[in-house]
Amino acid sequence: MIEVKNLVKTYGDKRAVAGISFKANDGEILGFLGPNGAGKSTTMNILTGYLSSTSGEAYINGHDILEDPIAAKREIGYLPEFPPLYLDMTVKEYLYFVYELRGCRLPRNTHLKEICELVKIDNVYNRRINNLSKGYKQRVGLAQALVGNPNVLILDEPTVGLDPKQIIEIRTLIKKLGKNHTVILSSHILSEVQAVCDRIVVINQGKIVADDTADNLSRELTADHKLIARIDGPKDEVIKLVQTIPGVVSIVADMQRERGVWEYNIEAVEGTDIRRELNRRLMSRNWYILGLRSSELSLEDIFLKLTMGESVNEFLADKADDLEERYKEEE
Amino acid sequence: MNAILKREIRAYFDSLIGYIYITAFFAGSGILFSVSSLQYGSTDMSGMYSGLFYILLVLIPILTMRTLSEEKRQKTDQLLLTAPISLTSLVLGKFVAAMLIYSIGVCMTIVYATVVSFFGAVSWLTVFGNVVGLLLLGAAYIAVGMLISSLTENQVIAAIGGFAAMLVLYLISAIATIIPVDWIARIFTELSFAERYSPFTYGVFDFSNVLFFISATVIFLFLTIRVLERRRWS
Ligand SMILES: Nc1ncnc2c1ncn2[C@@H]1O[C@H](COP(=O)(O)OP(=O)(O)OP(=O)(O)O)[C@@H](O)[C@H]1O
Ligand SMILES: [Mg+2]
Repeated sequence: MIEVKNLVKTYGDKRAVAGISFKANDGEILGFLGPNGAGKSTTMNILTGYLSSTSGEAYINGHDILEDPIAAKREIGYLPEFPPLYLDMTVKEYLYFVYELRGCRLPRNTHLKEICELVKIDNVYNRRINNLSKGYKQRVGLAQALVGNPNVLILDEPTVGLDPKQIIEIRTLIKKLGKNHTVILSSHILSEVQAVCDRIVVINQGKIVADDTADNLSRELTADHKLIARIDGPKDEVIKLVQTIPGVVSIVADMQRERGVWEYNIEAVEGTDIRRELNRRLMSRNWYILGLRSSELSLEDIFLKLTMGESVNEFLADKADDLEERYKEEE
Repeated sequence: MNAILKREIRAYFDSLIGYIYITAFFAGSGILFSVSSLQYGSTDMSGMYSGLFYILLVLIPILTMRTLSEEKRQKTDQLLLTAPISLTSLVLGKFVAAMLIYSIGVCMTIVYATVVSFFGAVSWLTVFGNVVGLLLLGAAYIAVGMLISSLTENQVIAAIGGFAAMLVLYLISAIATIIPVDWIARIFTELSFAERYSPFTYGVFDFSNVLFFISATVIFLFLTIRVLERRRWS
């Protein structure tokens, strides 16, 4: 379990972390979501004892990281933002080193073999780390965090630099590890934390702006008003037509996907669902929708939504009412 | 500490620094030995030892330059500082490793002495004094070099800074001669590594000098630990 109370970290006069409190329970995967410079890495560096907080407390399984650092560190496996690899070593030598450094007691060869199979680096076991691709280096970094089977895993952007297939593999692995570890992982990709985490803490400029279960947060953050549509029809005319739909703010042709089929980014006023109307109008001209999905909220949208809170919802509700009236008038 | 020690010794020979040190030491001491002893058929080895000191002034910074600076630059310090070990064992591990490599060189001079002893009587006391003196001086200088290395991420700066610091500590008695205030000059002389070191080269073991170098080593290692500790709070 990880417990953080009122953590503050200032660099000079800059507040990188401005009073963060949260809790991660056993067997829980906690996602740290925030844009660049939000203070994710700084918080993680404090939790792992690499940095000291300016004020506030952090407990790892009950051990205070400042008062009893060695006991706390024994509980933690840490994958920092830049994997701390000795490039002149082979994977095997490196993991042996970490094994000894952490004073690990498990049977060495079987334990390391298990880890390597888990993160799929057994095929590069005897290669020099310097010669590995970025994705493999990232995995060796992850392997290092697993040495000694620590209870708590702190992973700073664990999927950065991996290809899509590897991303899915690593996410699956983290989910698996989450069953019997406490995991904190950071990311600036909403869909990633949604896919992997049980709970999400959103931070921005060193402050927590949301702390909720992934499901609740996702419900709050779906974006039906931003669509990506693949439409079979003459581009310019489609754009003209869609612009006349009430509620549509903008439509931009993105890319031609097939002959005569374009992909469009359509944005409507928040809170309005234009999907049915879009279908109806295109059908009436014998143009077809070949694909339709809501686009993901960008981080900016999320922060706007979360930080403006109620006021933005009211504002949008008003706007939606206006539009409905306009619909009725037209019909 | 064991893990750090092993890893460091490996790194010395992986990065060639270990080989460079031993080769340079061997070449330097070999030349000095043949010039000062062999050529004159003399069994007096003090010529070699006094020359050797200046070679070490260059070689020790090379041994210590990457100890801590490189960890910071490669961000591997994040692994070491978040591992369940104390800063003291981290710094000691690195110190002992550097000390071991350093000793390989110093002990090589005993081989020369053995060779000389086949041709005539060797003053073993002087040889022994020089070896002990070099080890003590080296320990203090390695601690100085590590302190400088902990202050920067750049190996070259660490090496040059280390060299400068060691030179100043050595020549502090020369500075003392130009200081008009008597008691300050006295303190400088007392602190001079050169003044403390030279008795060893005659085979004179003064306990206070032994204590001086041991204390200097401990102080500089302590300061290194403090620097690493401070950095967390920055
Ligand atoms: N050593 C430092 N000195 C001064 N400021 C720092 C230092 N380290 C981080 N900062 C500042 O603290 C803030 C938080 O940085 P942090 O690295 O924690 O962000 P992050 O959420 O991890 O971002 P990213 O997604 O880019 O990794 C940033 O504004 C950064 O500029
Ligand atoms: Mg970061």
